[in-house]
Amino acid sequence: MKILVGIKRVVDYNVRVRVKPDGSGVDLDGAKMSINPFDEIALEEALRLREAGKAAEVIVVSIGPNACQQQLRTGLAMGADRAIQVDTEERLQPLAVARTFLAIAEKEQPGLFIVGKQAIDDDNSQTGQMLAALWNRPQATFASEVQVEGDTATVTREVDAGLETIEIDLPAVITTDLRLNEPRFVKLPDIMKAKRKPLEVIPLSDLGVANDNTLEIEHFAPPATREKGIMVDSAEALVTELKNRGLL
Amino acid sequence: MSKILIIAEHNGTELNNATAKCVSCAAATEGSIHILVLAADGAAVAAQAAGIAGVEEVISINHANFAQVLAATQAPEIAAIAADYSHIYGPSSTFGRDLMPRVAALLGVNQVADIMSVKGPRSFQRPVYAGNAIIDVSVPEGMTIVATIRMASWAAAEGGNSAAVSKREASAETPTHSRYIGLKTEGGDLPDLQSANRVIAGGRGLGSEENFQLIYQLASKLGAGVGASRAAVDAGYVPNDMQVGQTGKIISPDLYMAFGISGAIQHVTGIKDAGTIVAINKDAEAPIFEVADIGLVGDLFSIIPEIEAAI
Ligand SMILES: Cc1cc2nc3c(=O)[nH]c(=O)nc-3n(C[C@H](O)[C@H](O)[C@H](O)COP(=O)(O)OP(=O)(O)OC[C@H]3O[C@@H](n4cnc5c(N)ncnc54)[C@H](O)[C@@H]3O)c2cc1C
Ligand SMILES: Nc1ncnc2c1ncn2[C@@H]1O[C@H](COP(=O)(O)O)[C@@H](O)[C@H]1O
Repeated sequence: MKILVGIKRVVDYNVRVRVKPDGSGVDLDGAKMSINPFDEIALEEALRLREAGKAAEVIVVSIGPNACQQQLRTGLAMGADRAIQVDTEERLQPLAVARTFLAIAEKEQPGLFIVGKQAIDDDNSQTGQMLAALWNRPQATFASEVQVEGDTATVTREVDAGLETIEIDLPAVITTDLRLNEPRFVKLPDIMKAKRKPLEVIPLSDLGVANDNTLEIEHFAPPATREKGIMVDSAEALVTELKNRGLL
Repeated sequence: MSKILIIAEHNGTELNNATAKCVSCAAATEGSIHILVLAADGAAVAAQAAGIAGVEEVISINHANFAQVLAATQAPEIAAIAADYSHIYGPSSTFGRDLMPRVAALLGVNQVADIMSVKGPRSFQRPVYAGNAIIDVSVPEGMTIVATIRMASWAAAEGGNSAAVSKREASAETPTHSRYIGLKTEGGDLPDLQSANRVIAGGRGLGSEENFQLIYQLASKLGAGVGASRAAVDAGYVPNDMQVGQTGKIISPDLYMAFGISGAIQHVTGIKDAGTIVAINKDAEAPIFEVADIGLVGDLFSIIPEIEAAI
């Protein structure tokens, strides 16, 4: 079977993001960009399934401008077999991303579509669930363990109450949580090899994806700041302070 | 006028307090408020939902397929009754985040995630970039609003109501491609992290699962819930459901005490709504001190016993 993996180009998780003074967005000028951390985990899981003989081919897909070829190349260097860039300058919202993924899934007929549980820029956490709904297939979100046996997958999910296990028929959508695996490091020779791997560019307009029902995003503001705190110099002083504030 | 449907989160017998928080957000949105209970036998849960102040009607749909929560099973049922409503709300818990986008996609709309405040009937504020920016989001006229409610931003609505409960038959077809196997809980009988007034949390600085007992002890003395950083969870000191932060739980206790936690932005975003943040760290330069209301530099292993002695 084939596994498709969604790779989103996002600001690196170490960057301290600041809102532009005019409220039009966040200032990402010159900021380091990376593969969304959850998508690296998604790709790692796909690669492990291929290495375990459960999958034949791993394809990474990114929707965005040319720049996201950089993240696709990193994905190829990690071990993906080929890459697809769906080319658009527009910043698509999750519904349109899911519709685009569906169009790719209909073409490629994967057994699994693995995406991150959330993109750390918009923190939407919607795309995988939406793709599963539009595809009319199962979803296993927030996965921390995946076992594939024949036409089914058993997935452990990180839920608020603990660890839940569900069984799903393939094809299906899985979204990854942090503890699913530790992504491998890319080695220099693999970066060289990745340059020769196929990377297909498909204009978004070729896929006939409707981009309607979008939400209007009007203004960016910095979060409320907390008042500056105080330092105390002993456990006793801390307890006294907490008692004075009626917290103990 | 808005008609708002809230999807109840429950475990079959008890309504989760997240639902009453959604009611507060719905009240701020203004409109008539209905709650939908999908269950195998939802009588008890529906009665609890009917008690929440401001609720006009509880719709109870019982079906064996709803004995466990599976988004693929519930979403079609919700989509089937969505036409009667302008807004469909669920909590931004793992339950709501799994389910609501699936509902939104069936209705062909984008979902508004993590509403922290309501600016108008179709206009909301929500955090992005791990809480480093707050955006205004508006939903154009004519689109059903499907949204999740950020629980740390809303107090639970009061009780004392007795809304009507109406029973309906399940109408949507349920898929068989997804099957529930089981749930493993490890937290024991600690107070629930998301509703506890006090939370004591530990990070990598604790060093081991055994040492984490210090955190549990202090927490039980204070009747507090126990939280942890991702590093502490990854290292196996505590189970995953204790993780606080961008990708764990977002909490808003009156008192949050962080021991041996450095204060990475992904962690801090989970505690920014706490009333008072206390940080204990041996490194005076740790970023956690930038957000702490009260900071104490020192070794947690000597400080915890000293705190216990002083209270
Ligand atoms: C996509 C993504 C999502 C993430 N989501 C989350 C999340 O939801 N929640 C989260 O917490 N993290 C999250 N992280 C991880 C985050 O970036 C940090 O790595 C993590 O929070 C660090 O945990 P820590 O503070 O316990 O460990 P460290 O950063 O290692 O800090 C340990 C601290 O303990 C102190 N210390 C050590 N010994 C003692 C002692 N004896 N007494 C007192 N102090 C001591 C040290 O000075 C240090 O400050 C995420 C990361 C990524 C990439
Ligand atoms: N533009 C995109 N290109 C590729 N993958 C994406 C894109 N947007 C979202 N995804 C995938 O969907 C996941 C969830 O994103 P979101 O729903 O936006 O939080 C991400 O972790 C990616 O795997």
